[in-house]
Amino acid sequence: MANVALRNVRKAYPNGFEAIKGVDIEVGDGQFCVLVGPSGCGKSTLLRMVAGLETVTSGEIDIGGRVVNRVEPADRDIAMVFQNYALYPHMSVYNNMAYGLRNRGMAKGEIDTRVQEAARILELSALLDRKPGQLSGGQRQRVAMGRAIVRQPKAFLFDEPLSNLDAKLRIAMRVEIRKLQRRLGTTSIYVTHDQLEAMTLADILVVMNGGQVEQIGNPLEVYQNPATTFVASFIGAPPMNLIGLRDAGIALAGAGSEAGILGIRPEDLQMVDGAVPDGGVAFDLRVEAIERVGAETYVYGLRAEQAGGAAVSTRPGDLPPGEILVRIPGQSGPAIGERIRAAAVREKLHLFSTDGRKRIALR
Amino acid sequence: MVEHRRFGNLLPHLILLAGIIVVAFPVYLAVIASTHDNAAIANGQMPLYPGTHGLETYWHTIASGTGKTTRQPVGGMMLASLIMATGIAVGKIAISIISAYAIVFFAFPFRMAAFWTIFITLMLPVEVRIYPTYKITSDLSMLDSYSGLILPLIASATATLLFRQFFMTVPKELVEASKMDGAGPIRFFFDTLLPLSVTNIAALFVILFIYGWNQYLWPLLITTRDDMQTIVIGIKKIIDVHDALTEWSVAMATAVLAMLPPVAVVVLMQRLFVKGLIETEK
Amino acid sequence: MENRAIFSGKLLAFLLAAPQLAVSLIFFYWPAAQALWQSFLVQDAFGLSTEFVWFENYAALLKTPEYYQAIGVTFVFSILVVAFSLAIGLLLAVMANRNIAGVQIYRTFLIIPYAVAPAVASVLFIFMFQPGLGMIARTLQRGGIDWNPVLNGTHAMILVVIVAVWNQISYNFLFFLAGLQSIPKTVIEAAAIDGARPMRRFWTIIFPLLSPTTFFLIIVNITYVFFNTLGIIDTATGGGPNGATQTLVYKVFQDGRVGADLGGSAAQSVILMIIVVVLTAFQFRYVEKKVHY
Repeated sequence: MANVALRNVRKAYPNGFEAIKGVDIEVGDGQFCVLVGPSGCGKSTLLRMVAGLETVTSGEIDIGGRVVNRVEPADRDIAMVFQNYALYPHMSVYNNMAYGLRNRGMAKGEIDTRVQEAARILELSALLDRKPGQLSGGQRQRVAMGRAIVRQPKAFLFDEPLSNLDAKLRIAMRVEIRKLQRRLGTTSIYVTHDQLEAMTLADILVVMNGGQVEQIGNPLEVYQNPATTFVASFIGAPPMNLIGLRDAGIALAGAGSEAGILGIRPEDLQMVDGAVPDGGVAFDLRVEAIERVGAETYVYGLRAEQAGGAAVSTRPGDLPPGEILVRIPGQSGPAIGERIRAAAVREKLHLFSTDGRKRIALR
Repeated sequence: MVEHRRFGNLLPHLILLAGIIVVAFPVYLAVIASTHDNAAIANGQMPLYPGTHGLETYWHTIASGTGKTTRQPVGGMMLASLIMATGIAVGKIAISIISAYAIVFFAFPFRMAAFWTIFITLMLPVEVRIYPTYKITSDLSMLDSYSGLILPLIASATATLLFRQFFMTVPKELVEASKMDGAGPIRFFFDTLLPLSVTNIAALFVILFIYGWNQYLWPLLITTRDDMQTIVIGIKKIIDVHDALTEWSVAMATAVLAMLPPVAVVVLMQRLFVKGLIETEK
Repeated sequence: MENRAIFSGKLLAFLLAAPQLAVSLIFFYWPAAQALWQSFLVQDAFGLSTEFVWFENYAALLKTPEYYQAIGVTFVFSILVVAFSLAIGLLLAVMANRNIAGVQIYRTFLIIPYAVAPAVASVLFIFMFQPGLGMIARTLQRGGIDWNPVLNGTHAMILVVIVAVWNQISYNFLFFLAGLQSIPKTVIEAAAIDGARPMRRFWTIIFPLLSPTTFFLIIVNITYVFFNTLGIIDTATGGGPNGATQTLVYKVFQDGRVGADLGGSAAQSVILMIIVVVLTAFQFRYVEKKVHY
């Protein structure tokens, strides 16, 4: 058991590319930390630096009070679960789990006790003689977990361990991992690009982008108070509507001069008939498309006054200029082409600076 | 597959049968000839069914050789061929797998230079450097020795390329997992890489054993002593195209014995053989 | 490849690469360099003195009619062997690729020649073509052909071509079969729906899609004819009669065995090396193509 600390960690490649641009993260003993971000944001590199599979250009990596920058992966007292599991294909499930212990010269009896215990926890006892090739995806995933557990390390490192599973299994395993981690109480760092996985697993959520930390915090706190437009659009699905204040011609009392972008989550917009709620905003929309997913309905509306102007686009995949997404519960909803009015109350508005890098309080 | 005609498959069968006859007939004839006595063969009246002298001919061939030209029983030649073929196959595989391991899994100075040095040997078959190679081997006093037969042939760009190709498909994470499990480079090689390479090694062995067994030019140059003679070289001395006194039954028995091991390997390990053949050319 | 180098033991890496490098340098590079160097030297009759003569050996070589004869023989031999062995290999592969019963058995027989050493293959055919006692030779003679490869150059060439083709069928068959099996079935089905009859389908769809394999096999077969047929020629004809079956490689071998003209022999070797380099370069163009295919 240990805490893991990253202090001003940087990684630059010989060709000059800076993959990690100074990251500070503190994971307390027994906590579950999730690194989330789009591909190429440096989250996997960072994890591999903690594992000792990538060198650290500068800064310190501290595991259990020991700076491990120059320590070999095998001697860091950590265990890792890889995205493709990296099971030894020619070894049985038992040997896959026992291999690392044998290499450390552990006594046979102790190895057996640990492997049997891990197999019992993970319900692998009946499969110990099988080879990885004879297992299903979910079973392989559990063997990979087992290999980590038997080591009884100071920390678990997970590198997108669920991304090779189908959707249903992914949810089941997500819950299992969390339960297991609580039970063992082992400090964990988990990398994923899936914001839902990140939200549900994390004690500490670290949102990364371009080799930097955008925001660290409790998942709900991050969801409620995103620090940048990047976080705002990355965390939460469907993503937050981001509207340029000036382009939309919105004058918001108390917004201040710095504010440039207005953010509203789709679920915070309500279809209203009449007046704008006091201090809030409202949009007149023409319905362009409707998606019904059962429990809720997504309405894509084009702002009437935003006929030709360009909206803020922070990343690819954003809505087209002038389009706003409204999320309403249930299956009822307007028809395509219908004109509706959607409004949000003042408490649900998010304000950001024009470059999207700063959150601004709404007074 | 897309054919519906009733006799659509007749033509392929006929053509393949013709192919088999062309391919197998010379071999069949050799087997038949080895069971008849020389007189029946020499007058050109040999029947197309087996004769009665088979056992006698083979015993004679293996144990004592022909009466006229030689000197050497064919049994000894087969042993020499076996040693050479095995030595070449094992040697090529051994030095190729470790050099490919170095090139793929290690960062070391001149890595690319080492790779190209090995690669370019593809362009230097023994036939284009016959006599200088002979001279080196003789300077190293390796003439008439198994080391002289085997060593100069065991550099293998093809085998190295094959292993390199295969090693590059081994997931990087497997190495990393090994590292975290406390295995160093040597342990990783023996515990993980070698077991994973078994099929490739076996396929390569089949191809290289045949390559070694069928060597002609090099053993012809390197061996002068009769007891070092391989069977492929020995057979040429048994037949003499200008001499009507060739003991054809013995010659054919020798041919059959010379074909037996490589043909058996190919037929019995067909899947490995095909895999090895196709893969080495990638 | 760069990202894979994950171990750092430099000494160990050198040790692992050393055996292969040592054999390559001692038995490949050094002799090749020797040949190159010798090709620029002339030695007197007693081997007492040598003189550096630049390209004189090459010039002298290109003045000998025997060398041109060897070029001609190599050319004819290559064309015949490559054409026949490819055509037969392709025909058999196309037939075996039909979904017919017993393909495994056919294949087992058809790969046998690959396992037979060229010199031994020669012996099998000599037996059939030996004037006076060989089965085929007697049939020919009965048919009025005065078959005698020992005296007749054309007959000798026919004999070595037949042996070489026979020996090479397996290889071409297996590669064509692999090539055919890698053509997506849906493409052929689409052509069938488009109304192409089997023959037309073969020439307009299958053969073009097979062209990388064909090209690769042409190069490999040329290399085979050049270098691996030495055992066939040495056993069947000894290059004769009168050099009618003496290829470039066989000439190097024989000239060297007589041992008179070291410089000239070396020059011949160097020319062969250049041919191999060109062939190998072609072969790897193919590999590159296949990678991007």
